[in-house]
Amino acid sequence: MLRIADLRAGYGAAEVLHGVSLSVAPGEILCLMGRNGAGKTTLLRAAMGLLAPMGGAVWLGETRLDTLPAHRVPGAGLGYVPQGRRLFAGLSVAENLDVGLMAGQGGAALREEVLDFFPRLRDRLRQRAETLSGGEQQMLALARALCLGPRALLLDEPTEGLQPSMIAAIRDVVARKRTEGVAVLLVEQRLDAVLSVADRVAFLENGRLAEEMTAEALRAERTRAHRYLGV
Amino acid sequence: MEFGPHLMLATLEGAVTAAVLALTAAGLSLVFGVMRVVNIAHGEFFMLGAVLAWWVTQAVAGPWGFALALVIAPLLVGALAVVADVTILKRLSYDPERTIVATIGLLYILQQLTLMTYGPDARPVVAPFNTRIALPWLERGADGWALIWPWGLGTTTYKLAVIGAAAAVLCALWLFLARTRAGLVMRATQADREMATAFGVPVERVYALTFGLGAALAALAAVLIVPIQQAHYLMGADPLLLSFIVVIIGGLGSLPGTLVAAVLIGLSDGIISVFFSPTLAKILATLLVALVLVFRPQGLFGARGR
Ligand SMILES: Nc1ncnc2c1ncn2[C@@H]1O[C@H](COP(=O)(O)OP(=O)(O)OP(=O)(O)O)[C@@H](O)[C@H]1O
Ligand SMILES: [Mg+2]
Repeated sequence: MLRIADLRAGYGAAEVLHGVSLSVAPGEILCLMGRNGAGKTTLLRAAMGLLAPMGGAVWLGETRLDTLPAHRVPGAGLGYVPQGRRLFAGLSVAENLDVGLMAGQGGAALREEVLDFFPRLRDRLRQRAETLSGGEQQMLALARALCLGPRALLLDEPTEGLQPSMIAAIRDVVARKRTEGVAVLLVEQRLDAVLSVADRVAFLENGRLAEEMTAEALRAERTRAHRYLGV
Repeated sequence: MEFGPHLMLATLEGAVTAAVLALTAAGLSLVFGVMRVVNIAHGEFFMLGAVLAWWVTQAVAGPWGFALALVIAPLLVGALAVVADVTILKRLSYDPERTIVATIGLLYILQQLTLMTYGPDARPVVAPFNTRIALPWLERGADGWALIWPWGLGTTTYKLAVIGAAAAVLCALWLFLARTRAGLVMRATQADREMATAFGVPVERVYALTFGLGAALAALAAVLIVPIQQAHYLMGADPLLLSFIVVIIGGLGSLPGTLVAAVLIGLSDGIISVFFSPTLAKILATLLVALVLVFRPQGLFGARGR
């Protein structure tokens, strides 16, 4: 479904990703792990077209994304939850969701469906996004991405700095989307969280894919992860 | 004239200034807010609006000519701004510093082109209607309160219409930004350009339209004021300066702040000019800007940070 082939990207002349290939099947969660600065966020931004790739290709189903203008990528069915939430400050919760809805084909029905996942947001539709609590903001960032009815989701540390109950709520939503056949590429730093949701795990090291394995295999040999995470 | 009626007269004159200033500054503020571009050529878009109004009213005489100017001038100036955006600002990637230099260049180009075609003269445009209205004043006479009609206390229907039209356009602008999809897209782009792109917003098209809309607002303001002020190729300097003052005091990118600051500056300019001198009015406005910059750099209504 989502296929990234030999992707190279960077900032200015400096290449940060030196040819990364991975693919995520429908209904699969691939967790991407790696140290700070390994290039995880860069990979997601390049896949979204927010960073002009220096080489390689990104496919979503039969659609080649990296040759599209960046603003056409979400319409092809790729939803993005960026690191640090990046909500539209000054816009209300409802308006943040509306921007997501505009990018996809779903109408009011999809909006209701998304809000059913997040009752806390339904109670705060008129509130400005930047006045939400950290956990609520993260929910809104996920809800906004779901509003475009994505076939694949890119999630960049969606549970960073949240308390366990919030983490569980977000994990449940992601798990639900998996059963609906959405392909999920999840950047996550904590091994426990990864093991509880992932189907497969990929380790990124200095802009290269160091190793890929099933969650099963990683569970059996947790110390393998320590090498790439430096813990 | 006594103090009371005199003050009322000054307030009315100030309200006309404030109305036109609010429109002009709203355009500048919108462009800065959404695009982070400081448009030094904003005053020239204003000037072009006035000059185009003169051309149109020469071609079509009477009130219909003026009505036509109200439509044509903002449209043409807006279109010109869109072209300037696509050919100049976009190529500079909307870099904040380089666009300042580029719009300074645009300022001189527009000014010289106007001088070469329209000439150095100030030319009047006739107001579509201009009936004088005498205004009453309440005074305590020998037999209680009575309405009197002090000599010289009055205004014209046209001036009242300018205030009304500016208020209506600003309401429409607010509704557009707050209630329409296009307005939502503009506000989302203002909040986070990259995330807007990640949600399907064609940011460059939004920028072009924003720049056009900002210029059209300045042109519209100029058409409204030109029957009172005359059209001249150097007339853009004052509106530019005053708009910057208003936008800094109100908070860059904040529409309510822009409105409040425009009323504040417009009214005080009118009142101080009448009672003291126009120079003192400008000195005080500049002083206010300095105070705002020192004590509240984000402006009265602006959000901190970024
Ligand atoms: N805008 C930028 N300009 C220049 N270099 C950047 C930029 N953003 C990231 N980098 C560099 O690219 C490299 C990869 O950064 P990236 O944000 O992708 O790491 P990450 O794996 O997401 O890290 P973290 O776990 O801290 O989020 C880093 O060396 C970083 O300094
Ligand atoms: Mg990151």
